[in-house]
Amino acid sequence: MAIADVTVGGEFPGLLARPLDPESAEWVRSLTGTPAEREAAAARLHEVLLRIARSETRRRGDLRISGAELDDLAHQAAADALMAIASKVGQFRGESRFTTWAYKFVIFEVSTKIGRHFWRHPTVALGTEDWDRLADRFGLDPALEPEWRDLLDALHRAVDEDLTDHQRKVFVAIFVHGVPLDALAAKLGSNRNALYKTVFDARRKLRSVLVASGHLDNGSSR
Amino acid sequence: MNGPEKLDRFLLTDPQDVGCEQAMDLLDVYVELVAADPGAAARRYPGIAAHLAACGPCAEDFAGLLAVVTAATS
Repeated sequence: MAIADVTVGGEFPGLLARPLDPESAEWVRSLTGTPAEREAAAARLHEVLLRIARSETRRRGDLRISGAELDDLAHQAAADALMAIASKVGQFRGESRFTTWAYKFVIFEVSTKIGRHFWRHPTVALGTEDWDRLADRFGLDPALEPEWRDLLDALHRAVDEDLTDHQRKVFVAIFVHGVPLDALAAKLGSNRNALYKTVFDARRKLRSVLVASGHLDNGSSR
Repeated sequence: MNGPEKLDRFLLTDPQDVGCEQAMDLLDVYVELVAADPGAAARRYPGIAAHLAACGPCAEDFAGLLAVVTAATS
């Protein structure tokens, strides 16, 4: 089921749980075992999650966070991921290895925390709209401005006149001001899926308007 | 690619795109498939492949998990 049809949810037919591999089975057994077993397994898992959180923050780079602040973010991500895993281990269906399933949570936590952290040192001012930034973001060559100026102006008009207030607010924040989607979700008290759906619908509507006005060719539409 | 083509590509939406929630629900499964055979993963889950091609944040999570899984198995 595609996002065009639904906002959230849906199923993938044919995806069946398989018997757990021995390592995954041992993780599940120990994380649901006696209090002592659970504590020992949680400590082992936390160590791995913290290592992954640190490597993931390094891999992403250019976060404008460093040193103790970055390490604190990694610690928080590992701790929150461990809590999520502990509360959801009963839902693990063995469709992947347990470790891959568990590592997913710490990657998500790193994303969420980086999004929230954006507003501690925001690099954008949301008050003034500079639509020429959109040209920069799309790598439009200033030397070829006659090629794209009319289209960019038409896009600006369509954003103002054809999007809902919410679609416009989200579109402008992300594409004109350059606010990361996860950071905007944190600021609006929303979530990534909801904002992506908003942007998806806005893009579809804008393209439809620009095709109708003759600024874009319908031929390349999928 | 010229300016209009770049803007057009940005505005194009893929009807197969499953959205963030479904893609992230199955990210662990998809990543293991990609690690084994990228082509097979995209063929089995075209909606996830379409989503990752369009959603920067989910693509970043995918790249992070794939890096961990690849490092763990190499």
